[in-house]
Amino acid sequence: MANKIRVATTSLAGCFGCHMSFLDIDERMLQLAEAVEFGRSPINDIEHCTDCDIGLIEGGVCNSENVHVLREFRKNCKILVAVGACAINGGVPALRNYIPLEECLSEAYLDGIGVENPQIPSDPELPLLLDKVRPIHEVVKIDYFLPGCPPSADVFWKFLTDLIDGREPSLPYELVHYD
Amino acid sequence: MKQFIQDLAETNRYQATNLLRILREVQARFHYIPEEAIEQIAGLLNISRTQIISVVDFYSFFHSTPRGQYELLISDSITDHMLGKQSIIDYLSDKLNVAVGEVREDGVVSLDNTSCTGMCDQGPAGLVNGYALTRLDRPRIDQITDLINQQKPLDQWPAELFLVEDNIRRPTLLLDQPIQPGAALKALFERGGSETLAEITQSGLRGRGGAGYHTAWKWHLCYEGPEEDAFCDIDAQKQQQRYIVCNADEGEPGTFKDRVLLNSYAHQVFEGMTLCAGIIGAQQGFLYLRGEYLHLCDKLQSVLEERRQAGLLGNNILKEGLNFDIEICLGAGAYICGEESALIESLEGKMGIPRNRPPYPVTQGYLGKPTVVNNVETFMAAASIAINGGDWFASVGTEKSKGTKILSICGDCSRPGIYEYPFGTSIQTVLNDCGASDVLGIQIGGPSGTFISNHEFDRKLAFEDLATGGSFIVFNKSRNILDIVNNFTHFFAHESCGFCTPCRVGTALLKKQLDKIIGGHGSAGDVVVLEELCQLVKSYSHCGLGQTAANPILTTLERYPDLYQSRLKEISYEPGFDLDGALETARRMANRNDAGAHLAQIEANEHE
Repeated sequence: MANKIRVATTSLAGCFGCHMSFLDIDERMLQLAEAVEFGRSPINDIEHCTDCDIGLIEGGVCNSENVHVLREFRKNCKILVAVGACAINGGVPALRNYIPLEECLSEAYLDGIGVENPQIPSDPELPLLLDKVRPIHEVVKIDYFLPGCPPSADVFWKFLTDLIDGREPSLPYELVHYD
Repeated sequence: MKQFIQDLAETNRYQATNLLRILREVQARFHYIPEEAIEQIAGLLNISRTQIISVVDFYSFFHSTPRGQYELLISDSITDHMLGKQSIIDYLSDKLNVAVGEVREDGVVSLDNTSCTGMCDQGPAGLVNGYALTRLDRPRIDQITDLINQQKPLDQWPAELFLVEDNIRRPTLLLDQPIQPGAALKALFERGGSETLAEITQSGLRGRGGAGYHTAWKWHLCYEGPEEDAFCDIDAQKQQQRYIVCNADEGEPGTFKDRVLLNSYAHQVFEGMTLCAGIIGAQQGFLYLRGEYLHLCDKLQSVLEERRQAGLLGNNILKEGLNFDIEICLGAGAYICGEESALIESLEGKMGIPRNRPPYPVTQGYLGKPTVVNNVETFMAAASIAINGGDWFASVGTEKSKGTKILSICGDCSRPGIYEYPFGTSIQTVLNDCGASDVLGIQIGGPSGTFISNHEFDRKLAFEDLATGGSFIVFNKSRNILDIVNNFTHFFAHESCGFCTPCRVGTALLKKQLDKIIGGHGSAGDVVVLEELCQLVKSYSHCGLGQTAANPILTTLERYPDLYQSRLKEISYEPGFDLDGALETARRMANRNDAGAHLAQIEANEHE
């Protein structure tokens, strides 16, 4: 079993929708489990990413913790993959990029309707927000991109089985065609 | 304002096609396009409010918020930069006490950059309320500052500030023998329409805008019109409305020959248009003049009037039964309108977004009617050919490129200006004539053309080798190629019309990726990414702008790959933005400065 391919996954500024879609490979998960074992992933609650072959990243980069996690993945994964619209473009979380961060924080913690005891959270344990949400390839080098919101289960399946079988992954047009 | 707009709409016959004309007047009068004006115009022209807003947003010279009473724009072309543009605009900003891109608090003056104004041989250049300013230097800026602070009306400003020189350095075939007004039309009527078209075919004349389509074919196709018309009877076909458009939207940075031709050879250009009208049977022509050449407008109007008086324009031209007139339409600051179908859209009073082609304008152009769109120089050449015959023209040039090409030469040379050369002339010959030495390379055909290195000076000017619409920018060895490429890449990102994603997003990504590399944040794979991006923008864009926007990068990457590689750090990756800086706002608001409140730009084990 030592030769199993190790896969790690994480969600940064994402909604876990891509992970849910991944699980939609349904019974093929058993087939996958024969070839693959999971490193850090919300699926198994392992907290840190150690040597892996493939890292799947959902979501963009919105805060300092995202940067650290992303770097940990980059350091430990041979192949790093941007999964889904948010990882590739920033997606929905990046809608805040049109509003200055100062206004976002003020609205949420100081002047917004219903805010009690207004204050900006300040605790060394809390990650700080970046002024803009970034796609992950602007922070580390990314090897592959899986488009979609979310990428379909078949995209995950095709991509991973290609890699497992030692082929250069390629997604047929039908799998990445959305209109 | 109500009355002003009412009158304006009336003068423009409540035609939506005149929207640009109306908006230009409103902008000139109020220094912006007020919301109330948009409402009123929408009602008067019976078009939607949003259609007007889209046009206001589209063109650089229209603004939805007030500009200064004196709106100063400084040309951002690479050639202006080489003549010291940056220190000029800084000085101006300082003297006038207004930041670039802003309006001064008292509303008197605003300052901004603008794309190349076509004064590359006499820069740094600019525009004040649309009128060209040349040879800006500190004394001139002092003078301009005083005039603005005294609020002197523009017509009381000293004329030398607005002096635009022709700088014709090497006139030959066309420039040396301007025609007598009317001579080409007389030749047409003596010889006959189809015989004259045969002479133009014989001459081998190809479009001078750069693409090089055979002029006679274009005219013939327009005469034939759409296929379905072929089944009409001859009379109905003769009734078909056709249009002639002269493309004087000379926006390619480094090009200014059309400005000179319209200043000193306007009769001949108009005669070429009228000749075409006589051959294909058109009644209406347009000169689409780029907004930056506003200073030529009055003069051109009076040339048109002269021609009407002389019976060379209007009804029954030279008593031969030809009815044709020409209207001048001014652009409003959009490079894309040099593309013929975008130009036609603009003529129709819309945003200048290129159409799908086919159908080509020759069958469905202005208002859906067959339309010939040709460059200024093409019409001028056609007029000479009508008089001197096709063989006269075809005896000069190469096998596939007949006649001469008029070049606008600028940059690092001692005699910038207008040069006319037979096709087939070597680049070295041109460089010797214009006084260029210690040359690093030349941008031929403007940013959308090719950058050639100093090992390629034996190459020839010709459609089969180096094609150009006229732009010829010389760079000497003191120049940095990446600065040049950067200027061009930013230009395209600014001028993308925004219609198709590969160009709108692609040009912005090209700019960002290039900035990253030039800024020293590039790492191992970044040049490869840049190149892939170039190929994508080139292959998937809707029109020529996007298809050529990557040329500055591609042509220099091909010639100087080491230059790009040398900017890369020897690490696998570095973000193109300041990571720690991105936390600054949050840090300040949370009042933190602990170690966890900072990020290193490069991971600890990634240092070089």
